[in-house]
Amino acid sequence: MNTKSYKKYFPIFVLPTLLSFSLAFIIPFIMGVYLSFCKFNTVKDAKWVGFTNYIKIFTANDATFVESLLRTTKFTIIGVILINIGAFFLAYFLTKKIPGTNIFRTIFFMPNLIGGIVLGYIWKEIMDTFCQKYLGHVFGYSGANYGFWGLMIVMGWQLMGYMMVIYIAGIQNIPEDVMEAARIDGADSVQILTKITIPLVMPSITICMFLTISNLFKLYDQNYALLGFSTKTNLVAMDIFDTFYNHQSNEFAEGMGQAKAIIFFLLVAVITYVQLSLTRKKEVEN
Amino acid sequence: MKKKLLSLTLCVAMAATVFAGCGSEESDTKTDSGNSGSKTESGSKDSGSSSDGSVYFLNFKPEAEEAFNDIAKKFTEEEGIECKVVTAADNQYESKLKAEMSKDDAPTAFIINGPIGYNSWKDYCADLKDTDLYNNLVDKDGVVQTDEGVFGIPLATEMYGLICNKSIFADYFALDGIADTGCSSIEDINNFEKLSAVVKDMDAHKDDLGITGVFSEPALNSENNWRLQTHLANVPVYYEYQKDGVSDKDQIDFSFGDQYKDILDLYLDYSTVSRESASSGSVDDAMAEFALKECAIVQNGTWGWGQISGTDGNEVEESDLYFMPIYIGADGEESQGLCAGTENFLAINSQASEADQEASVKFFNWLYTSETGKKCVKEDLGFVSPFEGADTPENPLAVQGLEDAANADTKTVSWVFPTFPSQAWKDALGEDLLSYAEGTIEWDKVISNAKDMWASEKSAS
Repeated sequence: MNTKSYKKYFPIFVLPTLLSFSLAFIIPFIMGVYLSFCKFNTVKDAKWVGFTNYIKIFTANDATFVESLLRTTKFTIIGVILINIGAFFLAYFLTKKIPGTNIFRTIFFMPNLIGGIVLGYIWKEIMDTFCQKYLGHVFGYSGANYGFWGLMIVMGWQLMGYMMVIYIAGIQNIPEDVMEAARIDGADSVQILTKITIPLVMPSITICMFLTISNLFKLYDQNYALLGFSTKTNLVAMDIFDTFYNHQSNEFAEGMGQAKAIIFFLLVAVITYVQLSLTRKKEVEN
Repeated sequence: MKKKLLSLTLCVAMAATVFAGCGSEESDTKTDSGNSGSKTESGSKDSGSSSDGSVYFLNFKPEAEEAFNDIAKKFTEEEGIECKVVTAADNQYESKLKAEMSKDDAPTAFIINGPIGYNSWKDYCADLKDTDLYNNLVDKDGVVQTDEGVFGIPLATEMYGLICNKSIFADYFALDGIADTGCSSIEDINNFEKLSAVVKDMDAHKDDLGITGVFSEPALNSENNWRLQTHLANVPVYYEYQKDGVSDKDQIDFSFGDQYKDILDLYLDYSTVSRESASSGSVDDAMAEFALKECAIVQNGTWGWGQISGTDGNEVEESDLYFMPIYIGADGEESQGLCAGTENFLAINSQASEADQEASVKFFNWLYTSETGKKCVKEDLGFVSPFEGADTPENPLAVQGLEDAANADTKTVSWVFPTFPSQAWKDALGEDLLSYAEGTIEWDKVISNAKDMWASEKSAS
């Protein structure tokens, strides 16, 4: 078959998807960019105000954006490291020939099947009970900031299993003969791990890094269910929502929320792009 | 190839936005002037019924969803006007309203929560001064108004205060060896000093009375703290407004901040849980404690009766209820009444067609004045109607509340919290109240934070 006859039909095949993609994504996105330069209450009554919203984000008295952005960055960095290391070692041990690995794989994967909000509420109960019993006060105790680490536990618990499955697939993909050759050449298990396994699962690492970074950076559901609105614990997605809906006296609130969302989008885009190109470089063919 | 794909994508996107632009322009003009056109069109189809316009009400109370759907049906049957009611999910009203208002088929009637809500929706609020609705109101001051007109009509009168269990108080006053508090029955309590003395002594005798604490648990967490950061805060702010003779302020002084602290301390120190556990539980739990006689007092409003009577194993009889004003220690509070008001104000969409606006007014007028409508308000909605000729409600708290409002010797505390700057302010205050309860910040800090944020939120616009 020559590819030319396919090319002719290219527009027809791509059109339905492109149309729905434009309707559901591109057009709202462009409108969103436009609205970030406007003062509005509903989408219909937007008035152009230039860069006012963007300036107000950083200069208003209650500029919570930078603060929540830093908190989110810290959360993402710690989370990505913990989750990926944890998931990798779970995968590493569950690909050894230990009895019961399938059961453990299933168990570790299960948290993913529960939605974020439900997960948040369940964990809130667990942590409340735990804290009251062992620390003498509730999870939301104002004297300590348990929220950050509590959220970390929930996200670790949820994401680790998913990443584990990806790593398992990667590790199982390593040809047995490479391993065998290494063993015959006298490599010990640490050398096999660092010199053979890790380089060969780089594609999995790329995917897992991408998924964890974007999931943690954009976190909303679990944050909301576990901690509610609080300027002390809002990650950036929550902060955007808070700005948009919870400042009724401020007629710029909606525009500011929208402007934050645009900055947030650019940040996520840049970070994930940089991450993808960095880890891609390290990938090797096996 | 890639380049071609990209350029094609961009072309389509551009074309689409151009069309989208046309579309929205078209719809804009439609709402401005094209209404007569669309009206006659639908009128010819629907045998004249929609020449009266149609009603689209965006309902604020999720618990009244079924009732309103039913009411809409009855209205259409009786008056032949099309009526649609959509209900927003709990806490989603603002976002739902923003989304719905952006549509061509926007709500013709919606709810604003007071002056702050009016401020964000003023381009959409029609003047209701000349409507029957306004004329039928019993208390014409309780509306959202500016110099230009009346823009929000209350749909219900709600009261809150300290819901007390009279029988526990009676048991207490019958005990031997109680301290001299200057009171011999619950009716004698008429200021903070007496309330505080009785509460303290009751707490000392709580084992005899079979209660765990005098007050219910405070439930100071982000979903349940509205009783303390909004409703309780209303009282000191009301007295401050009274003292300064204003109805709103750009800067709050909290001149009754100490009194706010006193009443809060009373709630916290004599509740069923320790201060450290102030954030646990929920309002539902607090109401259940009251229903199960684990506590003698819970701060809540007329809407709380359903929760009390609906609790499994409820031990509180209607005759046990005593609705006490929230005394905080202000001068002259002996004649203070309950906190009465609403944050449930009807607004009519001024951008809807004349006919739709008229139909919407007619709908609410029908609801509160016709026999069928009044029956629905009383039985299905359970609202205390603020309009003339209303039936007496069945809810015992509402009955006591109405008696209190009708009592010439007492003056009700109006709801001033709709002037609180924003949800974010209330959230922050709630968080600080919890920190204070847990002893991690000083009261002065709570007040100064609240003052600062009030000023910055109010000046943000």
